[in-house]
Amino acid sequence: AVGPKGIFRVIERSEQWSVGELEPEDFGAIRELSMNPIGDRIISAFFSPGKETVDFASFVRILAHFHPTETSRSRDGVQPEPANSRTRKLKFAFQLYDQDRDGKISREELLQVLRTMLEMQVTEEQLQSIAERAIQEADLDQDDAISFDEFRKVRGVDLIRDQIDNWEY
Amino acid sequence: MTWFTFPGDNLLCRCLGISITAWLTLLFVFIIVPAVLGVSFGIRRLYMRTLLKIFAWATSRMEMGAKEKNQQLHKPYSNGIIAKESPSSLQQELQELRGSASCPRSEPEFEMADIFYFCRRGVESILDDEVTKRFSAQELESWNLLTRSNYNFRHISLRLTVLWGLGVLIRYGILLPLRVTLAITGISLLVVLTTLVGFLPNRELRFYLSEKVHLMCFRICVRALTAIITYHNRENKPKNGGICVSNHTTPIDVIILANDGCYSMVGQVHGGLMGMMQRAMVKSSPHIWFERSEVKDRHLVAKRLSDHVADKTKQPILIFPEGTCINNTSVMMFKKGSFEIACTVYPVAIKYDPRFGDAFWNSSKFGLVNYLLRMMSSWAIVCSVWYLPPMNREEGEDAMQFANRVKAAIAAQGGLVDLIWDGGLKRAKVKDAFKEEQQKLYSKVLVGEQDEGEQSDDMHLEDENQEEDENPEDESNQDSTKGQ
Repeated sequence: AVGPKGIFRVIERSEQWSVGELEPEDFGAIRELSMNPIGDRIISAFFSPGKETVDFASFVRILAHFHPTETSRSRDGVQPEPANSRTRKLKFAFQLYDQDRDGKISREELLQVLRTMLEMQVTEEQLQSIAERAIQEADLDQDDAISFDEFRKVRGVDLIRDQIDNWEY
Repeated sequence: MTWFTFPGDNLLCRCLGISITAWLTLLFVFIIVPAVLGVSFGIRRLYMRTLLKIFAWATSRMEMGAKEKNQQLHKPYSNGIIAKESPSSLQQELQELRGSASCPRSEPEFEMADIFYFCRRGVESILDDEVTKRFSAQELESWNLLTRSNYNFRHISLRLTVLWGLGVLIRYGILLPLRVTLAITGISLLVVLTTLVGFLPNRELRFYLSEKVHLMCFRICVRALTAIITYHNRENKPKNGGICVSNHTTPIDVIILANDGCYSMVGQVHGGLMGMMQRAMVKSSPHIWFERSEVKDRHLVAKRLSDHVADKTKQPILIFPEGTCINNTSVMMFKKGSFEIACTVYPVAIKYDPRFGDAFWNSSKFGLVNYLLRMMSSWAIVCSVWYLPPMNREEGEDAMQFANRVKAAIAAQGGLVDLIWDGGLKRAKVKDAFKEEQQKLYSKVLVGEQDEGEQSDDMHLEDENQEEDENPEDESNQDSTKGQ
């Protein structure tokens, strides 16, 4: 779960926005989020596909992904995976790429992300070549898409796990 | 039957009469006379010290109460809840992220892991972002017995509730009527006396008297708010032929500064009571009021201001370059209009002590009258004013850089956070230029530093300058009487 400090702040901010449920527009009030190139994607990560609102409990559950992972936790398959495990965090990031939630990052989806992160700063050809290179490196089973397992093995993502553990709220 | 009530009535009338007389005499002797003469008995400071002791006691009671119930007394964090190390740029953070890769590539390329950086920044801003929190009232560490600042302090003990109730009685029953009386007195005197002074033919006399009248009336207004002001470095007070700039928290800033010196105010012409005051004030002293239509014309505005400062007999102009009220935890972007005029700038930093009453005017939450009522029913308004040494634009420095230099000095002195963000974000949505900025920085990491020279700060300023040229009506936000 999110720590006590974080919870309080989140309650406050949600009171600022509206009662009960949040809509995507409510996130627009956060100025720093509006200037984040993938801000819109992060916002949509809070909403289940097809749903227009998110209730407070679900909102907090998603934020819970970002609480520091406890490394001393014993892994005995019986307990359900905690919200803030490394896998969940990676899955969250994976879904930022995989917008249609089909479990694979297609070439088109990768291009879309690159476009939002770079927009007018590079040409279309450069975008295509960057995407091409990324897919070639990551796609191990040669199906022209990146699955979650392949994503985990990508150089950088693999090593980023340690970094994610240090995100503290 | 009648002659039983008659003496009773007489007695009642007499009591009432005596108490009113006593009240007015006290008022006159302890408040009006010192205001006129410019002296102080020190009553307000004594009051302030007493209040502090009571607040400390109240907070310790709450902590004890919370301990008894085995709960942690939650104190809102004023510094933000995210454990950030020193803020690093996009480049630095991405290097760090990638640094964990075993073999560094010859040239930086896109990595799928880069998205983590943006993802983390995004979630951090959902939890707590630097900009949005500046537009609502600051949170307190301890409770000052005002319900309005009571975010999470629940009922702890009977004694505390009684104390709070007593506080309410005192504030609304005694302090508020007193202050309203004083405010009315102050404003009426201002209007009447400035009009009278305006009729005097002799210019010298008029200047002299107008100064005295303005100072006196603003002193009464200061007492009407129970404002306890500490002025620092008065040797740096603004002089004629200059511009005084300050950070903006509330319309009361004007009264606080005008209490200690005479300034020419800049503003838009209003109707109603405000308009009447403006018309009266301008009869005796050269204040600068703009019609609505004139406000949009940047050159006209600049010309009038330049003409004013060129005349060394006229008082310094008072301007608030942020253009809007910020909650006194930070200083936001200064609009460069007032820094383009060629004259000395006298920066002033104002810092309010939030323990006694939050002076910030959240104009989206309260109207002006509501705000003034809240101010007058707070305990007091305590603030510090620092006069900073005068600054001039240096060779090769453009208006925006000069503005930022002044802003940094004010922020450093007042202990405020120096932000580059535009106070206009209070109302407007974030412009796409900011998002572009982030994209530019990221593309640099990927594609490499192709064209050196432009630092990210300059790019930011460039974007802002472009927007300035497109929106001349932003200049209207610089006036000092229209506290928005």
